[in-house]
Formats: sequence, C-alpha cells, structure tokens
Amino acid sequence: MTHQSPTLSEAQKRELHETALRIVSPGKGILAADESVGLMAKRLAQVGVENTEENRRQYRQVLFSADDRINGCIGGIIFFHETLYQHSDNSVLFVKMIRERGIMVGIKVDKGLVPLAGTCGETTTQGLDGLSERCAQYKKDGAVFAKCRCVLKISDANPSQLALAENANVLARYSSICQQNGIVPIIEPEILPDGDHDLKRSQYITEKVLAAVYKAMSDHHVYLEGTLLKPNMVTAGHSCSTKYSPEDVAMATVTALRRTVPPAVTGVAFLSGGQSEEEASVHLNAINNCPLAKPWILTFSFGRALQASALRAWRGHKENEKAATEQFIKRAEANSLACQGKYTDGDNYGESGQRSYGSCHAY
Amino acid sequence: MSACVKKRKIDTECRVFNKTWTLKYFFTEVKGKAVCLVCGEQVASLKDYNLNRHYETKHADKYQNLTDAERVQTSEALLAKLKKQQGFFNKLHTSRDAAAKTSFVISHKIAKNTTMTHQYPALTPEQKKELQDIAERIVAPGKGILAADESTGSMGKRLNPIGVENTEENRRRYRQLLFTADQRIDNCIGGVIFFHETLYQNTDDGTNFSQLIRDRDMVVGIKVDKGVVPLAGTDGETTTQGLDGLSERCAQYKKDGADFAKWRSVLKISDTTPSELAILENANVLARYASICQQNGIVPIVEPEILPDGEHDLKRCQYVSEKVLAAVYKALSDHHVYLEGTLLKPNMVTPGHACSTKYSSEEIAMATVTALRRTVPPAVTGVTFLSGGQSEEEASMNLNAINNCPLAKPWALTFSYGRALQASALNAWRGELNNEKAAAEEFIKRAEANGLAALGKYESSGSGTAAGKSLYVANHAY
Repeated sequence: MTHQSPTLSEAQKRELHETALRIVSPGKGILAADESVGLMAKRLAQVGVENTEENRRQYRQVLFSADDRINGCIGGIIFFHETLYQHSDNSVLFVKMIRERGIMVGIKVDKGLVPLAGTCGETTTQGLDGLSERCAQYKKDGAVFAKCRCVLKISDANPSQLALAENANVLARYSSICQQNGIVPIIEPEILPDGDHDLKRSQYITEKVLAAVYKAMSDHHVYLEGTLLKPNMVTAGHSCSTKYSPEDVAMATVTALRRTVPPAVTGVAFLSGGQSEEEASVHLNAINNCPLAKPWILTFSFGRALQASALRAWRGHKENEKAATEQFIKRAEANSLACQGKYTDGDNYGESGQRSYGSCHAY
Repeated sequence: MSACVKKRKIDTECRVFNKTWTLKYFFTEVKGKAVCLVCGEQVASLKDYNLNRHYETKHADKYQNLTDAERVQTSEALLAKLKKQQGFFNKLHTSRDAAAKTSFVISHKIAKNTTMTHQYPALTPEQKKELQDIAERIVAPGKGILAADESTGSMGKRLNPIGVENTEENRRRYRQLLFTADQRIDNCIGGVIFFHETLYQNTDDGTNFSQLIRDRDMVVGIKVDKGVVPLAGTDGETTTQGLDGLSERCAQYKKDGADFAKWRSVLKISDTTPSELAILENANVLARYASICQQNGIVPIVEPEILPDGEHDLKRCQYVSEKVLAAVYKALSDHHVYLEGTLLKPNMVTPGHACSTKYSSEEIAMATVTALRRTVPPAVTGVTFLSGGQSEEEASMNLNAINNCPLAKPWALTFSYGRALQASALNAWRGELNNEKAAAEEFIKRAEANGLAALGKYESSGSGTAAGKSLYVANHAY
C-alpha cells in the first residue's frame, strides 16, 4: 500500500466535499423520508391509511410542499427509490421541486438486512451488487447523496467481532462506490436502543463500532471530507431503569465521537431511533451545547422525529394536509434551532442553554 | 410374529454371593458378578463350583499353605488393592465429570465475555483525570517538549562532531546547561524527555535533575523503549522492543518523578515499504506500550516516525502518514487506551530528503494538518511534532505554518524537538565551561521561537517569508 493509486481527482473531491457542506450548512439537517414500502405500511397503518402507492405519494407531497420556512432548516431529503420518480399533483417531479428550493436530494441505496449465520441474531446489510450502476443512474436522476443503514445491537453476546467487522466493511465498500459516482455517502452504523444496558455501556460499544467503521474507511481509501456520519446518539437501552438527563446523553455522545471520528468528517447527522420528536430535539440541542471541542457539524437526520405529528394530523385526509404540513414545519424549525444549540422548548424538559454538564467527562 | 424374551434359567435361580467365598477362593462381588481378587477375572455365575474351579486351577498353588490368619490378611490386602483400583477409576470419572462441568461453565463465561460487549474498565475516573491533567500541562498554550533523551550511542554522534568525549560526566554537564537555563524557558517548555541515565544525575550542587525540572513546574518524561529490531521477511523494516517488564519499570520511574514516557517506532517509505506487517506490528507495539504506561499513571507519548529518507514527494508522504496513523488509532482503540491521556509525536508531512520538488511551509502545513484531520480523533490532547532531519529554523517555521493553517485543528499542535532545539547550543558549547552561558542562550532562543511557533506567532528573522494565512493555497483537497 505504499503507493497511492488514484481514487478521486481533485475536482471529484471538491464536488463531494461541497455537497456534504451544503447538506449540513449551519442550521440545517436532513429529513429522512426514505421509508421502504414495508415500513410505510407500519406508519400508515397507525393512522388508518391504506398503504397504496398513491397514498405514499400524497403523504410525501404533504412534506415536500412545506413553504419556504423549511429552506433554512432542511439541507437534504433522503428519498426512497419509488419517491424519486413520483410527481406532485401539479405533475412536477418531486426531485425537481426539492432541488429548485436549494435542498439536496438523497437516495436510500441499501437493500435491507440479512442474517449473519453463526451469530446471535445479528445482521449485515445487502445492496452492493450493481451499486455503481445504480448510483450513476441516481446521479443522473438528481440525487447527490445516498444512505446505507447497518444495524448492530447490544446484548450479552452482541455485538460480536464479526458483526462489527462485516458491517464496517459493507459501509466502507458502499462509501467507496458512491464516491466513484459523485455521490456523498451517509454512513449509518445504527446501534439499536433495545435492551437494558446503561449509558456507559452504550458509549463503550459506540466507541468500538465507530473505531471499526473509520478503520474500514481508511482501508477502503474513502475520502472522509466527502462523507457524513449518521450514528445513534449515545443513550441507555429502552429497558434500562436509570434515567439520564439530556446533558448526560450529550456528554456521552460527544465523548464517544471525539474518541473515534476524525475531524475531516464534514458532519454528523444523528438518527432519532425510538426517540419522541421533543426528546430528539432536546438531545440534539444539548449535544450542541456540550462544552467539549466538537470539530464536526452536529445536526439531525430524522425520520419519525420530524414526521410523527404530521402523520397523525394528516390521517390521509385532504382537508388535513395544511395542518399536517404545519406540524412538520414546526419540528423542522425546532431542530434547526437545536442543531445550533439554540432550542428552548416549551415542554417538560425545562430551560435549555448552558446547563450543568457534570465535571466528570472522563468516562 | 411376536418377539419374546427367551427365558433364562439363570435369571430364576436367585444366585447370591456367599461371603465365605472371599476367604475360601479369594473372590468378591462387584455389581452382581463374582470377581477374582487375585487376577481380577470375572466368573460367569455365582456358583460355588465355578469359583472353586477357577481358584483351584489358577491360584491354589500359590495360597494353599497359608494359615487361617494369613488367609484373612491376604484376602483383606487383596480387597484393599481392588478398592484402590476401583477408586482410581471412580476418581477419574468424578474428576472428569467435574472437569466437564467446569469446562462448560468457563466456556459459557468466555462466550459471554470475549465478544467485547462488556467493558472491563482499564482505568478509574481518578486515574483518567490524572493522565489528562498531565497531558494538558505538557502541551499548555505556548509550550512544548525538549527531547533530551538521546541514548548513550546517539550522544556520541552529537558530541563527536564538536570534539567532546562521550563520557558520563560530559553528558551530565551538557544536560545541566540545558536544564539550568533561566526562567525564560519556563513559559516555553512544558516537559522534558530524559534518558534513563540522566534521571539519576545531579547538578554540580547536588540537585537531582528530575527534581530540578519538576521544581520548575515542567513535567518529567522518560524514554522507555529499547531500540529497534529487524522484522524478518521485510525489506529492512523494524519493530521496537522494550515491553518486557515495562510495567515494573514504569512504576519505578513514576516513583522517581516521571509522569510521561516516550516510545519511538520507525517506518520508512520506499517502493516496497511500509509493509502491512510493519504498520500493524508497530501500531500494536505502540498500543501495548501506551496501555501499560497508563496503568502506571504515566502519560504515553506515541511516536510512529516515518523517516524522511527517500525521494518520495509530499503527497506520498501524506498518504503513508494517513495509513500509519489510522492503524495506530485502531490499535489504541483495540487496546482500550484512554486517548485523552495520551500525546501523539508524529513526523510532519514532508517530502523525502532526496525529492527534487521544493515545497513551502504552507504546503507542508496543509499536508500535515490534512493527514491529522483524517486520522487523529479530537480526544487526543496534543500533537507534539518531531523535527526529524529539519534545521532549527525549518522546524520552527513549519510548526508556525501548521498553527496558522486555516483548517479546524481540535488538538494542541506543538513541538517535541531534540536537534531542532539543541543544535546551536551544542555548537556554542563545544565542551567548554566558558561557553556555557552562550550555549544556554542559544537553547533559550530556540525554545522561545518554538513557543511562539506553537501559537502561530513566530516571525522568522532569517530567510523565508513571514507567517500568516495569506500564503495558503485554496485547494486543500489532497
């Protein structure tokens, strides 16, 4: 490996870097609207809406037709394949609508989880076959970034070394292929919040996972400045009996990132996992107010945490569309403030601002 | 056709072992069968006739002259012997069962624990705090490290050119002149790396050097590696030794006043190097060393030096530096090293000595900072560059340019210089007592220059352009 074989030209690198910067410009984050057909079934079922292509189109339209208020809050939207080729009621391609507003279009490219034999219920992610051709096509169709989600879980036996190595490798291959096609890869090594593990354990595992991810990125010659990271925030497991403050979560999260994510990575856009809309915003805000040095942008890439209220307000009825869109705009604006550390919520989390971060950050 | 068990006559005969047979024929009963105590053979049925025949034909000649008392003794002895034999197998069975059960329990525990899912804390919060505090003190704003840890052999190379004999006394006198430099160095030097011998030497008036440095609020460090050794099967590559007994040595050094340590691994760039093995092995050795140091309250300086020998250009050096550092930090993660309690001592990214292209300080700075940004986690407290083969002025200018580089740099970026702090001082000294003051002045001059360079405020008076951001090439996407 002593000689570098050319991976990307200067121009290609600049394009990737600038795209990444645009997606996470100050005050902006990502709307993850890339729910697969199967996942949309679950979401729509909860609000009594039939899972048809038309309903999915109408629902995405509710989000995409939000007014200019979201232009300063949303830097990019992740699409599902189907949505990339759908149109608004006025027959305007969704992609065109979004791009014309200066928002970047992204595309989910993975093909879901598959089991890793010989492990205790662990998975890897498929989707590498023909990925280069697909990326080239998506680029032509207006996408400038992509997303691939890997999943790890914490239990007595997990995550195993295999799961760590395999998922890190898949993410690195995917990233390398994306960059070859001028697409910024969002790297998502999600560690599920299922379990009764405490905050410390989650932090420890997150550090190991991210260390493996960035070693794989180095091995695969991925250009870090042209990537984004989409990790989980460091939180305790859902069934953990101990409650932690937003500052605890922020400190654990930022510490884990500081120990593993090279400064060259342009931005970190957190997934919301199982958090409520308010929880996610409060945590993101606390993260941005954490007193440790944070050389990357820290913003959001939320799905449910941006859409839950909108979905509930909509319930599939045309007359609810405006109200539903308003709900979405509200969350978008809240998170825009949160990613700048300026979110003051009205709900039960108390005042934001420089709260007590606990003198001990040496986990 | 129904299967029926054939009736056996013997099953209905209710044969029972007769206790008199033990004395008469030396037989005993084992699990319902008659077993001969003398030869261990089993007799088919519990019948007097059968036992008698076995005894008469096989053993009678041996035992027929025994008295009754002797007979009793013999039978008891034989019984005891049999019991012992049986006990052997019983013990074997029970211990094998116990072993199987233990093995299962252990396997279960191993299966639970080898998957790294549980953290076994390497350090307590107090230990971590101590390490981080030490690291921060060493690289406090405007401060760097004096690397005065030249081995005896290296000192020979320094002293010979100035005509000084390489004796222990001369080495002591030389280090003394550096360590007794006046208070001007207190603001520029955060730590001093010692060689083992020097840790136990004193000033002319009997003050221990280590004590002297600590009294001046500088941190004492100690070189702990034991030099490079070849890696067989590679093209002249090396690893570094020194791990044996390192924990005990660190504990002792800590008692003797040292709070940080240094370990140097070496890699080189050529058509065939560095190889995967060299990178992996050196990263591992550095991680082991770092782990052991931290266990003993010593901040490890991690030094993966890539030599500047060769004709490679700046880009190649950057590429190799990135690969090496990525491997180093993966190894540190694998070995559970507490990054906030470490310092990194890398080479600056420079072209090879024999490279025909010349690069500006800004280009060197950009390449260096880019490489670090791509590999060094922000948690690392500070980066203290080695000077390698650079001149004193070069080393200061490059450090200054690095600190003026417009990219975000979340670690302290300072110096850990040997030659680049001492070259002029050595030349001025030449071993003469009368030259000591002048020599010390030279050292202070470089210390102050580098203190400013570490803040990005150094303006070189000699050749070379003024510092400042204006000379940075806009394209930093290497």
